[in-house]
Amino acid sequence: MIEPAVGIELASILVVVVPILAAVIPIAFGRLSEWVGVGTALAATAVQAVLAGVLAWTTLSDGEEIVTEIGGYGPSQGGIALVVDGMSALVVALIGVAGLAVAVASLDDRRRDTFYSLYLLLVAGLAGVCVTGDVFNLYVFLEISGLAAYALIASDGTGRSALAALKYLIMGTVGASLYLIGVGYAYVSTGYLNMRDLAPALAEAGYTDPLVLAAFAFVAAGLAIKIALFPVHTWQPDAYTTAPDRVTALIAALVSTTAAYALARLSLTVFTVEFFAANPVVQQVLLAVAATSVVAGSLLAVLQSRVKRMLAYSSVSQFGLVVVGIALLEGPALVGAVVHLIGHAIVKGGLFLGVAAFAGAYGVTTVEEYDGLGERAPYASAAFAVLALALVGVPPTVGFVGKLYVAIGAVEAGAWPLVAVIVASTVLTLGYVLRLLERIYFTDPAPDRAARAAADGGPGGGSEGGPVGLSGRPVSRRRSAGRAIVAVTVAAAIAAVVLGFAGAGIESLLEPTVSTLLDN
Amino acid sequence: MIEALFARYNYVVFALLLGIGLYIVIDDENLVKKVIGLNVFQTGIFLFFITVAVQDGAEPAVTSTGEGTFVNPLPHVLILTAIVVGVSLTALALALVVRIHEEYGSIREDVVVEVLERD
Repeated sequence: MIEPAVGIELASILVVVVPILAAVIPIAFGRLSEWVGVGTALAATAVQAVLAGVLAWTTLSDGEEIVTEIGGYGPSQGGIALVVDGMSALVVALIGVAGLAVAVASLDDRRRDTFYSLYLLLVAGLAGVCVTGDVFNLYVFLEISGLAAYALIASDGTGRSALAALKYLIMGTVGASLYLIGVGYAYVSTGYLNMRDLAPALAEAGYTDPLVLAAFAFVAAGLAIKIALFPVHTWQPDAYTTAPDRVTALIAALVSTTAAYALARLSLTVFTVEFFAANPVVQQVLLAVAATSVVAGSLLAVLQSRVKRMLAYSSVSQFGLVVVGIALLEGPALVGAVVHLIGHAIVKGGLFLGVAAFAGAYGVTTVEEYDGLGERAPYASAAFAVLALALVGVPPTVGFVGKLYVAIGAVEAGAWPLVAVIVASTVLTLGYVLRLLERIYFTDPAPDRAARAAADGGPGGGSEGGPVGLSGRPVSRRRSAGRAIVAVTVAAAIAAVVLGFAGAGIESLLEPTVSTLLDN
Repeated sequence: MIEALFARYNYVVFALLLGIGLYIVIDDENLVKKVIGLNVFQTGIFLFFITVAVQDGAEPAVTSTGEGTFVNPLPHVLILTAIVVGVSLTALALALVVRIHEEYGSIREDVVVEVLERD
C-alpha cells in the first residue's frame, strides 16, 4: 500500500466536504448579514480551489494516484475509496477555479441565501464525482450536483426556467437511473462497486458477457444524457437559455464537463481498453454518436438567433469532440479530450459570462442586438472575441490545442471520416462565431439604439462601469457591465491564450496519467 | 420459456415497471403524471437491486448470529440511498410544477407550451 502524506489524503476528502458543510452556513446564518451568503460562497470556493490546486500539483508532478480509504474500510469490507489521479485532479482544479471565478463575477448580482447553498452543493457534488473511486458513490454525487443544478436553473423564479428545469430534471433523472441500472448489472456480474476491483473482476466475468455489455450500454447511455450528446441533448438548450446568465456560465463550464469526465473514467478505468478491443462495435457506436453530435450541434448552433441558445448548441458539438477523443482510445486523442474538456470549460464559461455582462449592461440577447458592442464595451467585447476564436480553435488558444490532439489521434487511428467531421465542425463554428464578431465590431448600432446609448451617457467602456445595484434580480439596462464580471471574462480570455501557448507542456504533464489509463 | 419467466417474476416486474414508467414520462402531457412515471421507473430499479440480494434461508445481516449465511446488506443500503435521492428529486420536481402552475395556470405541458408560443 502506498503511504501518502496525511495532508494530501485529507485534501481529497476536504475538496468535497468543505463546500458541503459550507452550504449549511448561508441557510443557518444568512439572516445575520447580507454578506453571509456571498462571503461563504467566495470563501468555500477559494478553499476548494486551493485544495484542488494542491491535489493537481501533487498528482501531476509525481504521477502517483492518491488513494484514500474513507474510515479505513478496505474494499473487501464494502468501504468507499477516493482515488485522485492526474485526470481527476485537473477536473477538480477546474471546478475549484471556475466555482470561485463565477462567484466573483456574480458579486454584483446578489441573490437569496439559498442560492449560495445550492451553488456550493453543486461544486461539492461535481468535485465528488471526480474524486470518488466507487461507481455507486459516483451516482450519488451525480445526483447531488444534478439536484443543485436543476434548482439553480429555476432560481430566477420565471415560468420558462421552471419548465426548462423540470425538463432537465426528468431527463437527468432518467439518465442517472440508466447509469444506476448499469452499475447494478456490473455489481451483479462481479460483486464489486469499487472501480479498482471492478476492472479485473469484469475481465474475469468476460467482456463479451451479455450482462457486462448491457452494464456498459446503460452506463454510457445514462452519461450521454448527462453530457447532452445528440440526440439526447434536448434538455440542454432550454436549460442554458432560461437559466440566470451567470448560472448558465457555471453550469456550461462544469456540469457536462464532469459527466464527460465520468464517462472517460468508467470507460477507461472500469471497463478498460480491453473491453473495447473485445467489442469493437461498442467503440464504433460511441464514435458514431459522438461524431453525429459534433456535426448536429454545430448545424443547430448556426441556425440560432439568441446568443445563449447558439452557445448552448455549440456545447453539444464540443462535447461530441471530447467523447470522440475519449472513444478513440489513443494517447494523443485522450490528451486532446482532457485538454478540450478543460479548455472548453474555460472558453464556454467565459463566453457565457460575456453574454451575462452584455445582457446586464445593455439588455441585448440576440445576434442582431450585438451590433456595435465593440465600441460600447471594448474590454468585454475583446475578451468575448478572443474566447469566441478559441471556441473555433484558432491558434494559439487552448481550443486549438485540444482539437489538434484529437485530430492527431484520429489520423493515427486512420479514422479519416472523423478528421473530416472535425474540420467540418470547425468551419461551421467559424460560421456562427464570425457572424457574432461581425455584429460586434463591424456593424453600426441601429439608430434608435445609438440614440439611447447617447442619452445614457455615450458609449461606456466595460472597465469604466460604476458600482452596480445590489438588487436580487438582474437590472435589465445599465450603462455598462459590472467590473467584476468583465474582469473575470478577461481573465478567462487570458487563460485560454496562455493555456494555448502551454499546449506542448500540457502533453508531457498528462503523459503519465494518460498512459496509465490506456494501459490497465 | 414461460416457466422461466414465472420463476423469475421479479425480473419481469422490474422490466415492466421500467417500461411503464418511461412510457408515462414520455407520453403523458400532465407534468405531475410525468413525475409519477419517473417514480415508477425508479421503483423498478429499486426492485431489481433488492431482488438480486435475495438469498433463501439466509438471516438478516444485523441479527445474524455469525453462524450460517446472512443476506448481503449492501444492495439494501444502496437502495436506501437511492430512495432518498428519489424523494428529493420528487420534491424538487413538484415544487417546479407548482411554479409552472402559478405562472401558466396549467400542469399540462401542451397547454403551457401553447401559452409560451402565444407570447
